[in-house]
Amino acid sequence: MALKTPLYDSHVELGGRIVDFAGYLMPVSFEGIVAEHERVRGKVGLFDVSHMGEIELTGSDAMKFADYAVSNNVGRLKDGQICYTVCCNEKGHVLDDLLVYRFSGERILFVVNAVNTAKIHEHLLKIREGDAEIANISEETGQIAVQGPASRDLLLRSPMFAPVKDRLKDLPYYSFLAFEHEGEEIILSRTGYTGELGYEIYLPVAMTLRVWRDLLEEGRSLGAAPIGLGARDTLRFEPCYCLYGHEIDEETSPLEAGLAWVVKLKKGDFMGRDALLAEKEAGPARRLTGLELTERGIPRQGCTVFHNDEAVGCVTSGTFSPTLGRSLAMALVKSSVPAAAEGITIGIRGKSVPAATAAMPFYKGSVND
Amino acid sequence: MVPEECRFTKEHEWVYAEDDVAVIGISDYATGELGDIVYVELPEVDTEVQQMDPIGTIEAVKTVAELFSPVSGTIIEINEEIIEDPETVNKSPFEDGWFIKVKMDDPGELEVLFSYEEYQEFLGEQAGE
Repeated sequence: MALKTPLYDSHVELGGRIVDFAGYLMPVSFEGIVAEHERVRGKVGLFDVSHMGEIELTGSDAMKFADYAVSNNVGRLKDGQICYTVCCNEKGHVLDDLLVYRFSGERILFVVNAVNTAKIHEHLLKIREGDAEIANISEETGQIAVQGPASRDLLLRSPMFAPVKDRLKDLPYYSFLAFEHEGEEIILSRTGYTGELGYEIYLPVAMTLRVWRDLLEEGRSLGAAPIGLGARDTLRFEPCYCLYGHEIDEETSPLEAGLAWVVKLKKGDFMGRDALLAEKEAGPARRLTGLELTERGIPRQGCTVFHNDEAVGCVTSGTFSPTLGRSLAMALVKSSVPAAAEGITIGIRGKSVPAATAAMPFYKGSVND
Repeated sequence: MVPEECRFTKEHEWVYAEDDVAVIGISDYATGELGDIVYVELPEVDTEVQQMDPIGTIEAVKTVAELFSPVSGTIIEINEEIIEDPETVNKSPFEDGWFIKVKMDDPGELEVLFSYEEYQEFLGEQAGE
């Protein structure tokens, strides 16, 4: 039985094409993937991300335990700051990528992928140390992402955010603020998955539909419209953000997937550290590589990558980039393949299509504006 | 091409026949399912095809579909416009977005395909599943 987010009825009303994603009935598109993609790059779009998982850690050891559970240096966060990280198993492979929010040393929030919420919750319970309560609050929590160059303007004109207007105006990337609205806590986070200036709003499920409708209405003259999962994927692909199940999974280490920057081996012990340290010393077996087809075709996940006719890896994500008009891919390939290798081809349905290496990220947006 | 006058396959191709020439495209249902089409690969003119041979590829942003020939015969023309501008297929699936023209070996093959009404019923059944 597929779950519905609090915005399901609105998606159907607005003509969203509904698919089952990670056990949720979610809209894959509304007006069309390319039109939605362009709307977020140029104006502003609203995403229902209520399916994402929220796990709260509380207690006097919450921060210490969070730091042990993930690879990035959570201990360095100040109150109101966020970091992107991965949560690894003992083999140093990726159980999930996530955001870590520090409210205080005694209250930490993990935001995880819908498909992994139950797994991460169980994993945390299993490895728990010290005084840390672990609560899966996903079912009570709605989430709306407001993304695009006009996202700040939209929120600034929304009465709901009027009490925090000044703080919102200056909210730095990867920071958040929490405030009370109608007696409930709202979290506004300067984060996103599109490469553009953007925000994510966490709010109680009961309030989510009303806020969604208000934001669509308040943002209409700025071009705000709902965006489906299809464009969410192309938007994250162009700036080369990893997606669990594609670039990262339980067979992949963060060092292979270009995420060495979230692996802080010197911070002290954490889950997976020994394996990651050994892997770093030996050198990772594979490397995430950007590729561009030099002839027509679209590379897709699972397509084999060849170097001088030898199979050297697999496409993890690939599409025709709407912004750049190029057929691009990310692929995990053997580290022995030179960084700017020539003689690369991608097998696409039995045909061998020539490709060149392409610098990642493919696109840089307004994320820091 | 008037959809009501076309025959249809289960794979959502349409065929419009004039004498022994079949114009072939994909239905508006198919374009809706595929989403934005970004790349179309078509066979060469003079290729001989059998009914329901895969003859081309339709790449959309999120997915890829094969094009099947609803009839046997020889390809006499391909639509260059949709190679240059694949979105033409989304915009005009029954007119400017046609794919190929085939000189049919046996126009009787059309009989095994859906009529417009049968195709609508087929779509209804699929939606009900």
